[in-house]
Amino acid sequence: MNIVFRLAWRNLWRHPRRTWLTTGAMVFSNILLVFMISLQFGMYGLMIDNALQVFTGHVQVQASGYNEDKKMRQTVPDIIPLANSIRTTLNSETVAARGWAFALASSEDRSFGIGIYGVEPEFEAQVSNIPGLVSDGRYLETDNAAEIVVGSVLARNLHVKVGDELTLLGSGLDGSFAAAVVNIVGIFDSGVNDIDRNIAEIPLRLFQETFFMEGGGHQIVVVGDGLEAVPAIRSTVQSMLPDDSDLVVLDWDEIQPGLKQAIQADMSSSFFMYLVLVILVSFSVLNTQLMSVLERTREFGIVMALGLRPGRLGRLVLLETAMMGLIGAILGAAAGGLLTSWFTSHGLAFPGMDEMAARFNLPARMYPEVNVLTLSAGPAVVFVFTMLAAIYPALRLRWQNPVDAMRVA
Amino acid sequence: MSAVRCVDLCKTYRQGDQDIKALDHVSIDIAKGQFVCLSAPSGGGKTTLLNAIGGLDIPDSGEVYIAGERIDNLNKGELADIRLKQIGFVFQAYNLIPVLSARENVEFVMQVQGVPSAERIKKSTAILKEVGLEGLEDRRPAEMSGGQQQRVAVARAVASRPALVLADEPTANLDSKTADELMALFTELNEHHNTTFVIATHDQRVMTYAGRLIRMLDGRIVDDINQRAA
Ligand SMILES: Nc1ncnc2c1ncn2[C@@H]1O[C@H](COP(=O)(O)OP(=O)(O)OP(=O)(O)O)[C@@H](O)[C@H]1O
Ligand SMILES: [Mg+2]
Repeated sequence: MNIVFRLAWRNLWRHPRRTWLTTGAMVFSNILLVFMISLQFGMYGLMIDNALQVFTGHVQVQASGYNEDKKMRQTVPDIIPLANSIRTTLNSETVAARGWAFALASSEDRSFGIGIYGVEPEFEAQVSNIPGLVSDGRYLETDNAAEIVVGSVLARNLHVKVGDELTLLGSGLDGSFAAAVVNIVGIFDSGVNDIDRNIAEIPLRLFQETFFMEGGGHQIVVVGDGLEAVPAIRSTVQSMLPDDSDLVVLDWDEIQPGLKQAIQADMSSSFFMYLVLVILVSFSVLNTQLMSVLERTREFGIVMALGLRPGRLGRLVLLETAMMGLIGAILGAAAGGLLTSWFTSHGLAFPGMDEMAARFNLPARMYPEVNVLTLSAGPAVVFVFTMLAAIYPALRLRWQNPVDAMRVA
Repeated sequence: MSAVRCVDLCKTYRQGDQDIKALDHVSIDIAKGQFVCLSAPSGGGKTTLLNAIGGLDIPDSGEVYIAGERIDNLNKGELADIRLKQIGFVFQAYNLIPVLSARENVEFVMQVQGVPSAERIKKSTAILKEVGLEGLEDRRPAEMSGGQQQRVAVARAVASRPALVLADEPTANLDSKTADELMALFTELNEHHNTTFVIATHDQRVMTYAGRLIRMLDGRIVDDINQRAA
């Protein structure tokens, strides 16, 4: 074994308690970092999934410009056949076509302006969680039946219940007067006030007839196998569109840009907290290494007097720190990974989280997400800072004179 | 060519408001293969001179040459290399490395020099036997007596066969029998390997081994006798 390596290792265990205390600080902060970062990533994943599974999906086909303007006439023509062929090509059921229009919904005694989705009853449940959130009655079943499901708040505001009739008034694709009378078959409750108050869904074919859509619609929603699959789906769908068509394929980030921004903002605020933690740990390393260098002044004097270059001695200190840092990183990542994995399979609930979760439409348990990044990011940063903290004690040795050093008791 | 040459070395220490001349215009020339004893009362400047010769401390003025190469103007790293390759030290306090065993202490210099392990083990085993430490090879300094530690320090200084050995009171903690054995070892190295020795000592018996005796007082050379010639 290399002599510097051997010296470093022995020196490390000269004061086992001190070494373990410093290493312990690293392990502790690494566990904390692994856990927090994993939890954060799990939460982001959840936030994205939650937001996307309401309406957005992962990828959408729209007329170009529709995403910005939401104009009625920016249609996807022959939307049902196109959705069918995407379904076939992707060999996936998680594809659904929709139309979207504003309308005045009137019950016997009240009227409200709302947004109406025309949906494919057979496929909508594959791309949206609204069909599963029907708490009263049932979801739409038939392609062109005169049926509607409305949000719970809207139902309350309109003083209606399942079985009542609603009149829809709006304007069609050509600007003409559009009207329909529909039967309330279900009331959904998403927990999100905006959705429950402003949204209703009717079958797509009824939508097309009512609003004179001539077979058109506004969006085809595709949901893939997780966010990783998005680019592949996107390019497959893109390649299916005729060259001269005015259609575009957008991913979730383009459709809902606020989501990523919210995550980035959250990440940078927690980044600051992590930095404070890491700096505290590095100061404890600096303290330990400085102390251990100072108390060995005499010994360093001896080895310098014997002919070890000061530079090599500096490397010895760095090596000692690296060993300590590596132990801290490995133990920390391992313990953090184990702890976090336990919560990944069992979930994590804080007292009072149920209430919060309900308000933000999140599940009552959090599941941290352990992966290579969440495992290694924290320990790697701690390691780098640890090494930075050892630079000063290591450099000090260069100015040390062997005779003065040996005279130190 | 001289093994060691000092020209007009001066070194002054300040103690309170007093200037202490630890070296006061010291010039010596030591030929290769000489066995020199440096004798002075305590505080006479022996350690200061040995440190200057070994490049451990830079004199205020004057020049130091080792094997013809001027060293008083080298930087720390270059000085370390000179010591590593040419000089064996026995310090006044034995100064072993506490985390290393007797054998590892002896092998340390060779290890830094890059001597292969088989050769190191052979040499360290032989030298530890010669200084009478057979069987204690694996003890750490804290587990040995002062005299034993001193012998480890001597073994470490000579194990790599340096051309020059600088020893500061190497027999201070030894009984007369062990001291004689040590001097016999030094003499043997001196005669068979032409190793140059400069030994600082109070010990009258040690002086009898020396070919040349230099006496110092208050940082000055007061006497320089070539005993062999006499
Ligand atoms: N670092 C120092 N600071 C102040 N004075 C010093 C220092 N080192 C040595 N001296 C002084 O220089 C003089 C010579 O010291 P040196 O150690 O060379 O003597 P020595 O001959 O080795 O003595 P001893 O036999 O006691 O080891 C002494 O007066 C000592 O007090
Ligand atoms: Mg002395």
